Amino acid sequence: MKRFLTASVAIGAILAGSPAFAEDTIKIGILVALEGAFADGGKDGVRNVELALRQVNNMVAGKKIETVVAATDTTPDTTIRQARKLIEQDKVDFIVGPLSGSEGIAMRDYAKTIPDKTVINGISGALETTWVDPAPNFFRFNLDGSQWGYGLGSYVVKEKGWKKVATVAADYSFGYTNFLGFAVDFCKAGGDIVERFWVPLGSSDFGGVIAALPDDVDAIYLGVGGTDAINFLNQYEQAGAETNLIGGTIMADQTVLTSKGRAKDALAGTPTSGPFANDNPDPAWQSYVKLYQDGFPEAERFPSPSLFGLGYYTATLAALKALDQIGGDLSDGQKKFHEALSSLELESPTGLIKLNENRQASGTVFVTEVVEGADGNLTSKMVAKVDNVTQTLGMTPDEFRAMGLPSRETPDCAKLRGG
Amino acid sequence: MAVVVQASSVERRPAWYGRVPSAWWVIAVVALLMPAVTNDFILFQVFGWALILGMIALSLQFLAGYGGMVSLLQMTVAGIGGYGVAILGTSGVAAISLHLPWWIYIPVAIAIASLFGTLVGALAVRTEGIYTIMITLAIASAFFYFARQNYVIFNGYSGFNLVVPPHLFGVDWRQPMPFYYLALACAVLSYLAVRYVARSPFGLALQGVRDNPRRMAALGFNVTAHRIFAYTFASVIAAVGGILLVWQNAQISPGTAGIPAAIDILVIAVVGGIARPIGPFVGALIYVLLRAFTPDVLTAFGMSGERFKLLIGIGFLVIVYFSPDGVLGLWDRWRASRNSRVDPLTGGER
Repeated sequence: MKRFLTASVAIGAILAGSPAFAEDTIKIGILVALEGAFADGGKDGVRNVELALRQVNNMVAGKKIETVVAATDTTPDTTIRQARKLIEQDKVDFIVGPLSGSEGIAMRDYAKTIPDKTVINGISGALETTWVDPAPNFFRFNLDGSQWGYGLGSYVVKEKGWKKVATVAADYSFGYTNFLGFAVDFCKAGGDIVERFWVPLGSSDFGGVIAALPDDVDAIYLGVGGTDAINFLNQYEQAGAETNLIGGTIMADQTVLTSKGRAKDALAGTPTSGPFANDNPDPAWQSYVKLYQDGFPEAERFPSPSLFGLGYYTATLAALKALDQIGGDLSDGQKKFHEALSSLELESPTGLIKLNENRQASGTVFVTEVVEGADGNLTSKMVAKVDNVTQTLGMTPDEFRAMGLPSRETPDCAKLRGG
Repeated sequence: MAVVVQASSVERRPAWYGRVPSAWWVIAVVALLMPAVTNDFILFQVFGWALILGMIALSLQFLAGYGGMVSLLQMTVAGIGGYGVAILGTSGVAAISLHLPWWIYIPVAIAIASLFGTLVGALAVRTEGIYTIMITLAIASAFFYFARQNYVIFNGYSGFNLVVPPHLFGVDWRQPMPFYYLALACAVLSYLAVRYVARSPFGLALQGVRDNPRRMAALGFNVTAHRIFAYTFASVIAAVGGILLVWQNAQISPGTAGIPAAIDILVIAVVGGIARPIGPFVGALIYVLLRAFTPDVLTAFGMSGERFKLLIGIGFLVIVYFSPDGVLGLWDRWRASRNSRVDPLTGGER
């Protein structure tokens, strides 16, 4: 009995004890998906936070920086649990993360319960995170999913002359959001969407959709990613692919481009858009890529930074710059830090980034085209870029709000073309 | 503590508080005084979560331990309870939620979840062993995919956010301390209910059905009805756990009741031990502690924190390997080995 009591007291003491830390350190929590479909991207996120911190020798404004990694599995439940652990148990000063869309929305709501801490988004791209009832201490220095699609529509209308498309996109929030960015621009430029197909995430059989695709269209917009995209392309190729393709942001990523089989035959010449282009000649981008490649042994990194890595890198860069401006002063509920972040003009690897009144970034979108490289592998080539894409895609906030949140039916193409 | 020891040594049949083993008193005191010594994270995330998972696993323990039916459905029932409060009550998705008062939506959510559990139970009890697992797994994954694709009722992939407990009696039940006591009270009530039912005529008949359904049928017991009612009873506990889970996370999405979550509940029950109702709570505490602290342990040893699942897996493997009946089995064997040192005839040390 006595031993039992001693044991309980000892356990209590261990649980109660929280690590003490000195005043002159700043603790960053890295909230990142390290399980599930995005695990590889998540690891690249962690690498890039390290990379950014290494540039300043883990010191900012005379204070030492410590990091704690909290792993999620991309479900909002786990994300909130891990964020709570970072704030309550590890006592971090601010969080960099999360990685995926629904996690971002969950973190927006959680951020409201910790007003004197800060959340700087990693790479999550749901529109709602900074558009619907945003949290005052949630900052996003990457573009959202709808911004990623912007610029592609007018490019295909003007440069390619494709005015009539059918769309096949993933039936969940990122699919709708990314599609919205494409559709707004496409319809305004005079394009017409004749039919929309929504396919569940993780589908393997696209036979029904492929059979139902209309013949008299100029191109098919394909807004699915990863293995779904590979499956679709294989089956589409087998069914005798004839039409041009337009890719959503996650469609032409490395998984698809490096896949084996017939999938990639259909891909050459497909335009797509996103927040970066691998062959961007901008010196800022080139030096970032070099930094990344020199920073890690080849086996422990991607050939070039991933979308996820870029997001976490930019977020960390923003945090460091803001901390530097305020001399590392996080007192008074981090008020100064919040102000500095809000007014930051960040020279990121992909160009100048500014935040709007919702603390959402406006920045550059790159239109790329899939081309066959010298070694026969597919790679992407930058063909155009659009600077200063805003959260409202060039509309006024009221117009944007009137259009409605992304869904299967929104946006209404005919209305946009007319207006 | 001394009083308790004396009471049990008195010749006459002791009062009810004397019949409760002293270890239980210690656990009760520790549980009640926990908020005084721990921080919010431990209280809310570790113990709050462990109690909730313990309740959901308890419903599986009841079915598996007393009814011999291993159901992977319990997390789905909990998910339906959670979705129930999100849809009937108030959430961030104002277009779907019905904003009913709490005294309607809580009982109705529990009732809907129990009805669902009963219906699936009625389907599942006609099967045995591995087939019960398969059919409940099939329904659990069907529910997950349905909730993910259905935007009219379940709001699809994003689910519901800002689902918080009602402010009753002037208390914000989502603050760590009130929530801890709420979860503790629900868990203790469920535990006592399971213990009571297990010793009731129904519970004894259910254990009879588990051991020999044919003989029970020959004795005139309605085997199917007993099993179905066991599902109903377990579903109530799972639904309460599910509601608490949604309140704790403040949100629910299809992943809350996905297949990995359903498997986790099975793991918790098996690791804790399904012989007695305390097992699931022990298993849940181990699970939560591993989930919360393995990355820190790994980084402390200079390893990469992202391998934490490996450590969790090894932990569970070790427990199941050395004790197929879970942590409870280890405990029982340890007690037995201590007792065997005492001579059963003379009571003296051997």
